[in-house]
Amino acid sequence: MDFDTLTFTDVTRNFGRRRALNRVSLTCRAGELVALIGPNGAGKSTLLAIAATLLKPSAGRVLYGKHSAADGGAALRARIGLLAHDLFIYPELSAFENLLFFAELHGVAQPRRAAEDALTRANLATRRDDPVASFSRGMRQRLAIERAVVHSPRLLLLDEPFTGLDDDAVRVTSERLRSFRDQGAILLVTTHDLEAIEPLANRAVVLASGRLTPIAASGGLRESYRRAMSAS
Amino acid sequence: MSFLRTILLVLRKDLVVELRSGEILYTTAFFAVSCVLVFAFGFVREGRDLQDVAPGILWIAIAFSGTLALGRTFERERQSETLRALIVAPVDRPALYLAKLIGVTTLMAAVELLIVPLAALLFDAPLFRHALMTAALLAAGTVGFSAVGTLFAAMLVRARSRDVLLPILLYPLTVPVIIAGVRGTAALLQQPEPDLAIARMWLSLMVSFDVVFITLALWTFEPLMTD
Repeated sequence: MDFDTLTFTDVTRNFGRRRALNRVSLTCRAGELVALIGPNGAGKSTLLAIAATLLKPSAGRVLYGKHSAADGGAALRARIGLLAHDLFIYPELSAFENLLFFAELHGVAQPRRAAEDALTRANLATRRDDPVASFSRGMRQRLAIERAVVHSPRLLLLDEPFTGLDDDAVRVTSERLRSFRDQGAILLVTTHDLEAIEPLANRAVVLASGRLTPIAASGGLRESYRRAMSAS
Repeated sequence: MSFLRTILLVLRKDLVVELRSGEILYTTAFFAVSCVLVFAFGFVREGRDLQDVAPGILWIAIAFSGTLALGRTFERERQSETLRALIVAPVDRPALYLAKLIGVTTLMAAVELLIVPLAALLFDAPLFRHALMTAALLAAGTVGFSAVGTLFAAMLVRARSRDVLLPILLYPLTVPVIIAGVRGTAALLQQPEPDLAIARMWLSLMVSFDVVFITLALWTFEPLMTD
């Protein structure tokens, strides 16, 4: 199954009496990177979790092309890659074992080859068999990014992909995201690193107090963000 | 990804992690052995135990150490939120449940290999007189206990008071399995001759329990894990 749009229509999500998302509507298209920015606790991770099918909206709907999460099932999940705040990697396993496990779990045709390639891209080939528990935060982040994309997903959901990365790693990760975008993936990226995301983003939206506001992605993202926050 | 392949992948991963850390096996085995030893010091006087205590003590050690194993199994998936990675993967979610169930059952079986001979020795209990029937009772009881426990441990993985809630939810539901295990084992240890008919009756009850709870768990695991 494949799709070329991700559409949120009036999506609301409540946690008990707290409203995390309030009638959020957004369409992301193939070949587009949408920067989702906003203050802590604004609901960005909740929106990503809904897009990843981990949470259901309390109201509204999410469509992947013409399919809902319930219609798509496992075939839809095979086309989604998720990098969350927690990195989804096993500290007891080596870098290679983590990548191999997730490649096999996603039904990648040549999982060992995919895991080796991913290790090289993460610049971790020399630490291939070391347990992830011995890695620095930046190394884990690089591994987690490759774990999220090891199955070449159509929809890539990234929560703070630049956290813990040094300048070189930020540059390499930016190139990876640009390459995925140019190959036709749909990227929805939350970040506080506006300087890193500005050259990559086709569009930017601000999520504050559960509500979404589009802002200009180029020509000073930080200034646009500041104005949007002042207005809200 | 086929159902069976998912089970094998997740099970292999869990066993590799456990072999590296030994965390669950060592703590569970240590706890179970301590449990049997403490009861042995309490109930055995001048080389003679109180009548019929061995089955009860054996099953209490299995249930308590099993609870410990269940809690730790999902705690490991919670620490790096890897359970969410498994849930978002394109696999049948009930296969994840079965993989976890088999993993926990395997760990509990390893602990039983240690405490059954220990209980037989300390309580002078002829647990190996009908070894196959003893093994069948232990297997059916362990699967039943793990079937309910794995479902609750998965449900509670994000609950703040999961360590308290797990036994509160688990023990009332697994009491039939534990009672059947105790009575079935007691029938096997009966002197001078074991009552095999009674042991078989309790075994059938445990197998029925296993079938009902595994079916219910497979049915409810996906909706419980989605939100």
